[in-house]
Amino acid sequence: MITLQNIHKSYKMGLNSLHVLKGINLEIEKGELVSIMGSSGSGKSTLLNILGILDNYDEGEYRLDGKVIAGLSETKAALMRNEYIGFVFQSFNLISFKNALENVALPLYYKKISRKKRNKIAMEYLEKVGLMDWAEHMPNELSGGQKQRVAIARSLIANPKVIFADEPTGALDSVTSFEVMAILRDINKEGITVIIVTHEDDISRMTKRVVKLKDGNIEADFAPKPLNNFALNGSGTYLRDKDDILLNIET
Amino acid sequence: MFDLDKWQEILTTIKKNKLRTFLTGFSVAWGIFMLIILLGSGKGLENGFENEFRGAAKNSLWIWTGRTSIAHNGMNPGRPVRFTNDDYENLKNNIDQREYISGRFNIRWGNQVTYKNEVHSFGIRNVHPEYEFIEALTITDGRYINQLDLDNFRKVTVISTLVRDMLFRDDADKALGEYILVNGIPFKVVGFFEDESQNNNNMRLIYVPISTAQMVFSGGNRLHEISMTIHANTLEEAQRAEENIRNRLAAVHNFNPDDRRALGTWNSFENYMQMQSLFKGIRLFIWIIGIGTIIAGIVGVSNIMVIVVKERTREIGVRKALGATPFSVVSLILFESVLITTFAGYIGLVFGVGLLEIISGIDAPFFSNPSADFRLAVSATLLLIFAGALAGFVPAQRAARIKPIEALRDE
Repeated sequence: MITLQNIHKSYKMGLNSLHVLKGINLEIEKGELVSIMGSSGSGKSTLLNILGILDNYDEGEYRLDGKVIAGLSETKAALMRNEYIGFVFQSFNLISFKNALENVALPLYYKKISRKKRNKIAMEYLEKVGLMDWAEHMPNELSGGQKQRVAIARSLIANPKVIFADEPTGALDSVTSFEVMAILRDINKEGITVIIVTHEDDISRMTKRVVKLKDGNIEADFAPKPLNNFALNGSGTYLRDKDDILLNIET
Repeated sequence: MFDLDKWQEILTTIKKNKLRTFLTGFSVAWGIFMLIILLGSGKGLENGFENEFRGAAKNSLWIWTGRTSIAHNGMNPGRPVRFTNDDYENLKNNIDQREYISGRFNIRWGNQVTYKNEVHSFGIRNVHPEYEFIEALTITDGRYINQLDLDNFRKVTVISTLVRDMLFRDDADKALGEYILVNGIPFKVVGFFEDESQNNNNMRLIYVPISTAQMVFSGGNRLHEISMTIHANTLEEAQRAEENIRNRLAAVHNFNPDDRRALGTWNSFENYMQMQSLFKGIRLFIWIIGIGTIIAGIVGVSNIMVIVVKERTREIGVRKALGATPFSVVSLILFESVLITTFAGYIGLVFGVGLLEIISGIDAPFFSNPSADFRLAVSATLLLIFAGALAGFVPAQRAARIKPIEALRDE
């Protein structure tokens, strides 16, 4: 699905040049659930921008679904994003003057799908994330977790091949974090590749593969110790047992 | 393609920022309002001047004699120059550009004109038949002087409706065919005229055939003035005709063609053209001021739109990440700008035209019927749409250049 070969990227800062990515080689198969970790300045955001066709790279080759992504015009890049990629952001980035339904439907607007049809599809996706009753609510009437679920529904609606989530739980408390992660895991189970950027160990341990970046290089690439024996009781509080959390999500 | 969604999006943003939109729109509305009022007033001024000119043909040329002021062919200056009937015939037969021509034989003002017990003092104009067209007279009843009157020295007269009402009073409807006494000599009334020129003196007149007058008032073959209308499309043509006449008369009367005091001329075409170019100037001036005002409005809109783009940076970034092309972002901003300017401008247009309608009844000297015509409204509308696009252009470009990564950075 995703192939990176020797990707380099540097930013010009006045006279100096900041070399952020120093030759990244990475292969991600279709249907993987990967987390990219690293401290700030490690280059993980830059990598995500390149993967999400929000930024271009200086050297190397990036293939998405077999297509080489290089030298695209802005219009082409926009169409590619619309077609292949769904984004989930740390700060949700819902459009404040549109209600939940309209927010979810927005990518289909850029696909030139009629209003009626896209609202119907959007309703289906809202149902999927359990927010059907909140369709008419404006973003400022939703809780953080609900906002992120709306954002996830929005990222899914255009039927993308890859979901990029940039710190999707960064602004959420741990209970809602786990709820959001559960939804992302469900999406992944349907065969969509999900790539999550995070710096939280707990979160990365809910994915199947961890890619650790340090100073623009891949430091480690491994399968984490799964965080499976944790539970979430009915009232929404979770129990922690030594270093593991118990969560009774159906596996 | 009419994109309902796009307009809905734009209307939503406008609704969310009512005050901002109002203030922006106001500057544009004001600009258009001022432009319409200015143009309407200019039109009123033009109409007013046009009215002042209505009394005479716009291509008329008036010639009169004076005394020489330059020594010529051995003759001293100060010699009087006099027209005779021969000069009339000369110009009539030899000037190609001549259309209508008439001589004028003047007798002093304040002649007694009498009908029964009514005695008044009017001017008497003794002219050839074509004078009717040179002075642009309207014959309301009967006829004007004709060639037969001249040939037979008929004692006939054409009087103004004003003169008729003053002389005949209640019998005005029976005046045609009656005899009036002019300085004691009976003249038959054959027609009534009206002169649209606003100069009241032109109505306190009676017209008499020139041949009759020369005989009755002992004028011999003397003429005081010759007036004519000329075929001319440009000022140069009119001036050439005038020059031609001057040279011809100078040769006959033996004076220097450059002697302006020997022969006086007044070329209404020249004046008319000068007035036309004056109004062209005024119109241009008005457009410059009006467009200046509108530009101020445009800059206002542009300014606001830049702020709008700045405020919406993040939103635009999100849209781009979701697949919005640069074109769709540009059109979003551009359409909003065009919508605000067009709508606000239209309001200004309506108010401006409305005010002009209210004052359109005005008919003062040199100012009458100020109005904005349909063409003006159309060009103003086009100007508005263009202005809106112009105002939105820079901000829209900015919006298109927004990089999603920078817009979405969490800080």
